[in-house]
Amino acid sequence: MFRYIWRRLLLLIPTLIGVLTIVFFMVALSPGDPARVMLGERANAQQLEQLRQELGLDRPLGEQYIRYLGRAVQLDFGESIKTGRPVMEEIGELFPATVELALVAMFLATGLGILIGVISAVKRNTWIDYSAMVGALVGVSMPVFWLALVFIMLFSVGLGWFPTGGRMNVRLWFEPITRLYILDGIILWFREGDAQYLISAIRHIVLPAVALATIPLAIIARTTRSSMLETLRQDYVKTARAAGIPERRVIFRYALKNALLPIITVVGIQFGLLLAGAILTETIFAWPGIGRWLYTAIAARDYPAVQGGVVVVSTVFVLINLVVDVLYSVVNPRIRLQ
Amino acid sequence: MSDAQTTQAVPADLTPFQENWTRLRQNKAAVAGLIIIGLFLITATFAPLIAPADPTAQNISVRKTEPFTDGYILGTDDLGRDLLSRIIFGARLSMTIGVVSVGIAMIGGVFLGTLAGFYGGLFDRLVMRLIDIMLAFPYVLLTIVIVAVLGPNLTNAMMAIGISQMPRYVRLVRASVLAEKEADYVLAERSLGTGNFELMFGSILPNSLAPVIVQATLGVGDAILSSAALSFLGLGAQPPTPEWGLMIASSREFVTSAWWIVTFPGLATLLAVLGFNLFGDGLRDVLDPRMKD
Repeated sequence: MFRYIWRRLLLLIPTLIGVLTIVFFMVALSPGDPARVMLGERANAQQLEQLRQELGLDRPLGEQYIRYLGRAVQLDFGESIKTGRPVMEEIGELFPATVELALVAMFLATGLGILIGVISAVKRNTWIDYSAMVGALVGVSMPVFWLALVFIMLFSVGLGWFPTGGRMNVRLWFEPITRLYILDGIILWFREGDAQYLISAIRHIVLPAVALATIPLAIIARTTRSSMLETLRQDYVKTARAAGIPERRVIFRYALKNALLPIITVVGIQFGLLLAGAILTETIFAWPGIGRWLYTAIAARDYPAVQGGVVVVSTVFVLINLVVDVLYSVVNPRIRLQ
Repeated sequence: MSDAQTTQAVPADLTPFQENWTRLRQNKAAVAGLIIIGLFLITATFAPLIAPADPTAQNISVRKTEPFTDGYILGTDDLGRDLLSRIIFGARLSMTIGVVSVGIAMIGGVFLGTLAGFYGGLFDRLVMRLIDIMLAFPYVLLTIVIVAVLGPNLTNAMMAIGISQMPRYVRLVRASVLAEKEADYVLAERSLGTGNFELMFGSILPNSLAPVIVQATLGVGDAILSSAALSFLGLGAQPPTPEWGLMIASSREFVTSAWWIVTFPGLATLLAVLGFNLFGDGLRDVLDPRMKD
């Protein structure tokens, strides 16, 4: 077991070096001069030259690359051109927003997805099953950024139930405690007896979380259904039924438990994708997370921010996938032998 | 989707193609998907004949006309352009983008995957490492970064989507080539003196194509979604191109005033992608029952 984890961790090193390398050369080869971007169009040749020297951009590419790698392993990606603050510091502040959104979305998607999948499998080939699966296929085919706009149009502008964007009513300022606003809201509620922070945080997260949950929900429902169909066919399920165990218990205790393996994998992969920053959803709902920040950095050609952001996001993504694989091998020992 | 239908009896004495076709026709989801795809392809091909108006012709005097008024079936946008005509011409772009991106992904992926699976050794390890690195980037982020490097336009968007989708094909094809290359018919041909190239692309590849075809069908839907997303972010098609994602992007300011400008381009995207997903699912059931998720 430990040998398997160890081997996977070792394999991570070349992958991450590869990621660092690709990100470096993509940025180095992309059109535009970082010094020009930083100083603006009116800078003169001398100023540009000076800045290039300061940033080490006048050095050969190979030398720049080595220096970049050396700093990257210390998690130092320099300062953002736009804000002048260390890139890692900015990422650290924004990440909780993305984590919070991803957690709520995954919670919705997993709960509902498994429920719909189980019902579909149990009611196989009935109209309930067909409509659930057509619904799931529509979900998979959904342009989420459009769904987000439709949500805003219907529920924010039309019915006025939810705000159109942001994480918290701007008039409710508070010193962030955990930076997970729902958690902060609960803490403030207990501490100050005022629930308005919590209510505002929840009202703000509903639409982006539901929009973001659409595709994972559909995928989880589909996976649950086919996995459940597989286990419901097994002999032990028949035996359990024959033994007179109540159907509800057979489905949830006996069949679902064994059907969970592929579901866990899918949930893990989807969670990794969401943590990597929901660029579109965050942008539309002005959600101050890593995805929106990264997109702004790319658009503004903020090179240090792009490098740091892409590397961090990809590392998180790879690590989550690794955890999923390891969990899978814990539950299913056959994998390790391969 | 419906397991019962695919296991129905198929008359004997049919070629494999006829057999699969018969199975496919019994799969309602696949037929529905095929009809949707067909409609979009016809719309795309004959766009100038079907569209009631020029998709880029502006007419300020009729701007933001509601649907079903003055002959504008889906209404007009903020510049008075006929929404239906723009969506019809948009089908042209989306179908092209879908097919071209998947073409890039498939050709590159099949080529690399076949070579890696066939030759094995160092080359195989290099290719698989590269694929691992590519898969370390979340898909959407990878396309965005590639477009940012290449420069934002439709051609580069197709390239970016194609490159980002390539790893799937490499893995699929490599796995089936690995499984096939020790098969008796390959050994037999090899002993008859057939060259490596002929073996790879003439004998082994055709026998490994079923999962690739399924993946490609689903991939077209994916590519349409991705290109719409890129255009939405300003990284794909540029105005005044009637591209669906771009139309959705420019509709953002009208969520308070003109629901039709927001609604219809998204519905068109959804329907087109749904068509490819329905058909892809059906194909999977027919071509490879084991691949069902």
